[in-house]
Amino acid sequence: MPKIKLPTKSPRIDMTPMVDTFCVVLTFLMLTTQMRQPEPATVDTPFSISEKPTPDFNMMTFLLSPDGQVFMNFDNGGDTLSQFRSKILVEMGKRYGVEFTPDEQREFEKFPSSIGVPIMQMKEFLDAKDNATRKKFQTGIPIDSADNQLAMWILYARQINPNYQACVKGDSKTGFELVEKVLDILQDKNVNRFNLITSLEATKINLEEIQQ
Amino acid sequence: MAEIIQEEKGKGGKRKAKKHPPHIDMTPMVDLMCLLITFFMLTTAFSKSKIMEIILPEKLQENQPQDAPRIAAARTMNIILGPDSRLFWYPGTVKEEQFNALPPLYETDYSADGMRKLLLDRNRTLARRIAEFRAEVISGKIVINQDSVQSSISQMKKVDDTGPIVLIKAYKKANYGNFVDILDEMNICGIARYTFMKIAWYEERMVEAAISSPPPSGSSAN
Repeated sequence: MPKIKLPTKSPRIDMTPMVDTFCVVLTFLMLTTQMRQPEPATVDTPFSISEKPTPDFNMMTFLLSPDGQVFMNFDNGGDTLSQFRSKILVEMGKRYGVEFTPDEQREFEKFPSSIGVPIMQMKEFLDAKDNATRKKFQTGIPIDSADNQLAMWILYARQINPNYQACVKGDSKTGFELVEKVLDILQDKNVNRFNLITSLEATKINLEEIQQ
Repeated sequence: MAEIIQEEKGKGGKRKAKKHPPHIDMTPMVDLMCLLITFFMLTTAFSKSKIMEIILPEKLQENQPQDAPRIAAARTMNIILGPDSRLFWYPGTVKEEQFNALPPLYETDYSADGMRKLLLDRNRTLARRIAEFRAEVISGKIVINQDSVQSSISQMKKVDDTGPIVLIKAYKKANYGNFVDILDEMNICGIARYTFMKIAWYEERMVEAAISSPPPSGSSAN
């Protein structure tokens, strides 16, 4: 059997088309990606059949952790220039006699995740630069009737931006008492329309099941 | 490994590049891109969370006394979310004066055979109409856009007067997952009229009686 002579040189593979595809995919992913913000409490949202997507802005989200803490987050609205976050912070400061420097306001404005800091410790929270120290201050917004800061946050948020929609993000294991209390505070402030944030789970009932 | 092969010609050493363009090795670039693509694919949140709308009735002003809305007792169904993900219900209404002869609660669960069956039984007419409408839209008998589908369904719900009126109440130890589950059942079954109410003290007592009297699993008595 004659020996097949292989060429000694390894064949060159033209990688240009591969690189092209990769470039396209990479660009697509980079443009569509939204980094998931780390939340101060881990929350597994319950499932529902609702297919309505969450709005992109004008949301004030109440994060209810399973151990009974309340965190709140609101966005800057459709236009970042309107700076709703820092305005709300300044109003809150005025109410509780805390003055925030422009640096602290900027820090608050770009803080990505929910906030659960009592207003008296907000200054220290914003001045702290590392995340570990900040995490210590995230103890939840007080909602007792004696010191109901959540109600004040809602009041000023809605004064500054009346278009905020209330969204409730709770863990399946969050006690209902807490949820009821938060809904109650919202209703006190004349918010009667809520969005419950859930994950999609497809359940369909078919015609036969109804007609049985 | 970009290689530019140069040939020397003669003694004068006049260098002359070859005609074909030099190869550029793209392997490192491809490697890097692979890495980045993998990273982005893993960090992208593909499943965007959804929202479920709920509108609660406005709070009553204390200085404006108002009669309780009159609803037909025969159509009323009360659902009480119990502790440990248990679910109770009773039909009709219970008056405060009956507190020493409270009717028993029926227990059911969140599965398709439990609460959904109960609700569908009561809501058959409307549920069938909605399901048939949906089927016709899907099969193309009715050509209509998605927004109009929603508004047609809500119109059907509005004119319906046979389905149950569901009052959802939560006992102290219920959790938020149960609440979302039961609202979800309302959407699945196409219940036209449901609302969330504060639990009354005699209903709490009914739940406590139901938990303590027949221990189904033995240990979970409160």
